[in-house]
Amino acid sequence: MCLAIPGKVETITGADPITRMGRINFGGVIKEASLAYVPEVQVGDYVIVHVGFALSKVDEAEAHKVFEYLKLMEELDELKDEVETKNNSASS
Amino acid sequence: MKFLDEYRDGDLAQKFAREIHRITTKPWTIMEVCGGQTHAIVKFGIDELLPKQITLIHGPGCPVCVTPLEVIDKALEIAAKPGVIFTSFGDMLRVPGSTTDLLSVKAKGGDVRMIYSPLDAVKLAEQNPTKEVVFFGVGFETTAPATAMAVFQAAQKELKNFSMLVSHVLVPPAIEALMSSPNCRVQAFLAAGHVCTVMGYEEYPPLAAKYHVPIVVTGFEPLDILHGILMTVQQLESRRAEVENQYARSVRREGNQPAQELIKKVFQVVPRKWRGVGEIPQSGMGLAEGYAAFDAERKFGVADRRVDEPADCIAGLILQGLKKPHECPAFGGKCTPEHPLGATMVSSEGACAAYYRYRRHTVADTALTK
Amino acid sequence: MSAPEFNASCPLPIQQYPHVLMAHGGGGKLMHQLLENVFGQAFSNPILDARHDSAQFTVPVGKLAMTTDSYVVRPIFFPGGDIGSMAIHGTVNDLAMSGARPLYLSCGFIIEEGLPMETLWRVVCSMRDAAQRCGVQIVTGDTKVVDKGKGDGLYINTTGIGVIEHSLNIVPTSVQPGDAVIVSGDLGRHGMAIMAVREGLQFESTIESDSAPVREPVRALIKAGIEVRCLRDLTRGGLASALNEIAAAAGVKIAIEHQAVPVREDVHAACEMLGLDPLHVANEGRFVAFVAAQDAERAVNILKRHAVSTNAALIGRVVEQAAPLVTVRSAIGASRILDMPSGEQLPRIC
Repeated sequence: MCLAIPGKVETITGADPITRMGRINFGGVIKEASLAYVPEVQVGDYVIVHVGFALSKVDEAEAHKVFEYLKLMEELDELKDEVETKNNSASS
Repeated sequence: MKFLDEYRDGDLAQKFAREIHRITTKPWTIMEVCGGQTHAIVKFGIDELLPKQITLIHGPGCPVCVTPLEVIDKALEIAAKPGVIFTSFGDMLRVPGSTTDLLSVKAKGGDVRMIYSPLDAVKLAEQNPTKEVVFFGVGFETTAPATAMAVFQAAQKELKNFSMLVSHVLVPPAIEALMSSPNCRVQAFLAAGHVCTVMGYEEYPPLAAKYHVPIVVTGFEPLDILHGILMTVQQLESRRAEVENQYARSVRREGNQPAQELIKKVFQVVPRKWRGVGEIPQSGMGLAEGYAAFDAERKFGVADRRVDEPADCIAGLILQGLKKPHECPAFGGKCTPEHPLGATMVSSEGACAAYYRYRRHTVADTALTK
Repeated sequence: MSAPEFNASCPLPIQQYPHVLMAHGGGGKLMHQLLENVFGQAFSNPILDARHDSAQFTVPVGKLAMTTDSYVVRPIFFPGGDIGSMAIHGTVNDLAMSGARPLYLSCGFIIEEGLPMETLWRVVCSMRDAAQRCGVQIVTGDTKVVDKGKGDGLYINTTGIGVIEHSLNIVPTSVQPGDAVIVSGDLGRHGMAIMAVREGLQFESTIESDSAPVREPVRALIKAGIEVRCLRDLTRGGLASALNEIAAAAGVKIAIEHQAVPVREDVHAACEMLGLDPLHVANEGRFVAFVAAQDAERAVNILKRHAVSTNAALIGRVVEQAAPLVTVRSAIGASRILDMPSGEQLPRIC
């Protein structure tokens, strides 16, 4: 459960942390969300929003790690293939 | 959509799947705790990409599914009262109680309104001072920060006409209850990524150690789930039982501190009945004494209602991962999304509904070839 | 809520009654005034002007097509349209789904007492303009007024008659294994445009309803000799409903590719936000076409040349004669059932 989606903070209003609101852009659709729980968030940051509340700031470095891991897997595969080919030609 | 669509890449999904195939040498049973993860698994067909040795069990991760009949009946009773504006998330509107559901109450003249955020209910209370506005607060820890803020703001505004029917549930006690059951076949968990976004994952290491199960905090897109499964299988194959975080772009170890603080202030841990499972101690949240004035159960005098679950429905066994939906005699016949027996068929998150929508033909094909 | 600006060239013809009254449906002077100054003036044509109990007209020799639909949309005005234009386009499109040329429409109005006269006039002007665009005449109608609280502002029923001037048999039972499944454009705009202004959900977007007539691209397909087996406009229940209905009527299994179905980024985002599936969301200016396999590419190219179908795409095939089933292959390559949506599409948090 917990349908929460990432969006970009376009504008922020409200000085009081509890009532701080952001206009969040979800792929072209804009909806307001409370930023009460993400006081560190600034305009331009991405947040994960659930029922009108931003629950976390998207860590962009971590976001890429899934793809970096896949890339590493691919490189290891290629390396393995190379080694196998070498071994095969060495033993033939 | 950035940070969403790229996690649905088909080629990359296949890469993860190939790696999982490569390292799996034994049968493993993994439970995904969250209904949102179940939804993604079935919608994208993620389990079809996995080796046959891996069994995914759908856990009790759907707050709609686990809301006991008697809480729904309380909601229906309140919603039918004149002078009440009953607000709810869309999910709960079609869930059947003992005899009816919120949509039917609406059809009969009840003022039942679907809202997007609990703050909308507070606004409604401000705009309608002569009405009693009630919000149906269901959800896991993910939703608690939102409902807590609604109550907190209502208190600050000194609203006399706002209350909440609270039925929040907590995940770690549910995992503990599952693991301590002698029938439990689960060897590892994909923990709910958005629950952990709020609560962090500091509660999990003791569970992982006690029951020797890997617990991987996982996201909701296909690449997240496949990555989470890969990390889980890597642990299982090497006999490790640690807590890892796949969904690090959203989840921090300590979770969201301001959210946890407000939850602690507004709510207190209480025992909670889980539909089909029974009462799990310390597994729910109710309003703290300081906010008792906002408790709809007290306000409308429905706190003492007791209701039994229908005998035909095996939602409990499904939720515990002990049976699959198509193993229920009522599945697809007496019980369908149009006339559901239990919430696992009503909620689009429910394991039975997901199976019905997305898998009926596989089951039928299998039955034909038997 | 963004609605088209009502310009001064459409002045309100009944100034002394700012709201519709019960008497406006009573059969007397006030009703006569309403009929003459509002409906009669806006929809004027020789057949309607005869002011007879039934419209009289001749039709070209051949097969006729007839359809009826009632429109109850809330809110009455939404981004990209209103209940009036929707009522005209919807009925004209239903006729187009038989490949028929639309000729005449009837319009029945059920008005809730208290509806602002200006609202009614705006809707009527919108219908006049839509009818002109579609080349149809509104030749007969009816008006009733119901007590306040007994109707949702305004309900409209339109019935349309068209003539079939081709020799194809465009019906579900013409669908055969191997046929190509084509959608005429990107999906989900209408449903999400309505959601965007729905109370309790409201969000900002530039999504507008796709309500529009689709007669022209259909005509082009037929004229080009495309072997069109079946057409279905995608309204409530979206693509999923239409495909399931046709699969059931034709007794076939249909398979589509999720990635091939065009959905605009903002519609996709709105669906993700509310937990809805674009394949279940309502459309108003989109149709699905089943054509012979060899005509698929040509059909898509023809559709693309028309404004209302520039995003047409081939999305799947009719697999075989079998127990009715619609499957969709996901982005990651696995298949699942695309079921008929059950009931109203409700946003979810779970």
